[in-house]
Amino acid sequence: MANRLGLCAITTAGVLLLGIALGSSAGAAESDSSQAHPVPTRQSWTFAGPFGKFDPEQLQRGFKVYHDVCSNCHSLKLVAFRDLADPDGPDFSEAQVKALAATYKIEAGPNDAGQMFERPGRPSDHFPWVFANAEAAKAALGAVPPDMSLLAKARTYPRPFPLFIFDAFTQYQEQGPDYIVAILNGYTHPGDDHWNLYFPGHKIAMPRPLKDGAVQYTDGAPQTLTQYSHDVAAFLYWAAEPKLEDRKKMGFRVMVFLIVFAGLLYFTKKRIWAGVTGH
Amino acid sequence: MSGQPIYVPKSALARWFESRLPLLGFVHHSFVAFPNPRNLNYWWTFGGILSFMLGFQIVTGVVLAMHYVPDSKLAFVSVEHIMRDVNYGWLLRYAHSNGASMMFFAVYIHMLRGLYYGSYKAPREVLWILGLIIYLLMMATGFLGYTLPWGQMSFWGATVITSLFGAIPVVGGALTTWLWGGYAVNDATLNRFYALHYLLPFMIAGVVVLHIWALHVTGSNNPAGIEKKTDKDTLPFHPYFTMKDAFGLVVFLTFFAWFLFYIPNYLGDADNYIEANPLQTPSEIVPEWYYLPYYAILRSIPSKLTGVIALFAAILIFAFLPWLDRSPVKSAVYRPLYRIFFWIFVAVVLGLGYVGANRPEGNFVIAGRILTICYFAFFLVVLPLLPFIEKPRPLPASIADAVLGKTAQSGLKT
Repeated sequence: MANRLGLCAITTAGVLLLGIALGSSAGAAESDSSQAHPVPTRQSWTFAGPFGKFDPEQLQRGFKVYHDVCSNCHSLKLVAFRDLADPDGPDFSEAQVKALAATYKIEAGPNDAGQMFERPGRPSDHFPWVFANAEAAKAALGAVPPDMSLLAKARTYPRPFPLFIFDAFTQYQEQGPDYIVAILNGYTHPGDDHWNLYFPGHKIAMPRPLKDGAVQYTDGAPQTLTQYSHDVAAFLYWAAEPKLEDRKKMGFRVMVFLIVFAGLLYFTKKRIWAGVTGH
Repeated sequence: MSGQPIYVPKSALARWFESRLPLLGFVHHSFVAFPNPRNLNYWWTFGGILSFMLGFQIVTGVVLAMHYVPDSKLAFVSVEHIMRDVNYGWLLRYAHSNGASMMFFAVYIHMLRGLYYGSYKAPREVLWILGLIIYLLMMATGFLGYTLPWGQMSFWGATVITSLFGAIPVVGGALTTWLWGGYAVNDATLNRFYALHYLLPFMIAGVVVLHIWALHVTGSNNPAGIEKKTDKDTLPFHPYFTMKDAFGLVVFLTFFAWFLFYIPNYLGDADNYIEANPLQTPSEIVPEWYYLPYYAILRSIPSKLTGVIALFAAILIFAFLPWLDRSPVKSAVYRPLYRIFFWIFVAVVLGLGYVGANRPEGNFVIAGRILTICYFAFFLVVLPLLPFIEKPRPLPASIADAVLGKTAQSGLKT
């Protein structure tokens, strides 16, 4: 039996190695383009890993970056003001959310006279877009800026073999925010605000959005591009995956339950089978 | 099987019911007293796992359907509404989307187990073909379901796959228009895909009943690949295999939970978090991982029609396995050469999957073509010809010998 298994293992390993060799030689053909487009650096995030949690202060700063800079062009249509009060998220107070919502004008109606009208925002409203529609945005900016609600899950970069296999074990799921940080720090041609080191083809429609000192922080965090990019990427990841903390907390309980249950079943099974096969 | 005593329920009420509809006896014979080969290993737990997963997908799917809106303007937002505002909606949606992947993972192990131990050979040909029908229905269901979130990959995946029918001569164009309900993938397409996605799992359930029926006529194959002859070869389904299956299922669920709770988007595509836009084609259109080997075969062949034929042939060829494989010995345990080719086949399929995930450029095209040839060669050359050069190892006289012979040697009580 051991012999047979050994033979199987050796054969499989051999064929797999052949496959890897073939795959890596196939990958070599692409290496020129990957040199031109460096891979985004992997960042350290509080929300990574099995016990990851958002840092409310970071999300509040990130929201400020969104509010002061990104929202001038980008929508955030799937997020409601009330979501900002989520204790597993930015954890703003109810009063702060109410005050913030009231600063927005929301189109409502029609009223009794059949007219549309504007009213101050309420916590249950979603973030309105500065543009009336995509065509208006395109006319003003030359391209439609993508909605930011899911951006941190909608952007990624390829992970070559065998890294993508390891990612399943190390739970690396933060390619999106890593990519966003890379893009925000990728405007490395001083003369060209539309050149980005990490953007495919390097020509990006969005001109350099952030630089040191662009946003005033009130909590003493450094007012640097590095800090801004991390904060806004964290905020966008929360916006895209607001139930992350619930998910990971429940996940841990479920895993503990399943592993203990599996252990009990294993020993029960062993006991039942003990009488018939001698195993 | 071998002279089961008639089942007599203990309570008077159950006896009354049993004499009018022998349902309890049916369950007793099929899932309690049913004699299974005693040597089934853990690869045999995947049938139970798949039955569980089918039920799991139907339950989560029905609840999701209560919140989902099959409208091209609302579908994407309604899925995000489920993710954000429905109580435990994120759990249901991630469970359902990862559950589909888990079901395919389990079905691939189930199929490879059949391939390794020759479970498709006489007298189990009908059982095997019913399984292939389930697999085809699963592929259709998975594809239809992937369209529903109406993200970029949903839309463009649906466009690419339905366009395959356009390759059929003469009627292809009209057929594709008929499938779409228009001249492109549109609202009508989404609606019919939703209706069919809800229907097909129940058809799967129906074929699963036939599959289990056929299984209980012939009984399970087993690692030794020889038929059960006496009672010594078997053990009753309960408690031996209910317990073994339960343990296997919970280990599988732990694996599932890892994906569901910690890496729920690992098997998905980032582009599907962008709402479908018919005016903007993604730079790469890739199907879900479980179709990648077939996608690689499709793209390895320069002619579209031939590619489509090869794609369907690659799946349907499994139906002919019982007649392509000429070896009288079932289990690879006793077939030294077949065992090597089996593992090469596994590596070829994994290689095709890797090629399918990459742009068809440079060496990937060459690798895809070589592996496609290897894939078909396994069925059309290796399986029919191998028995002429292979010397199978001697088979044990009975299942009991295969298992108990060893334990008897090690001096343990049987």
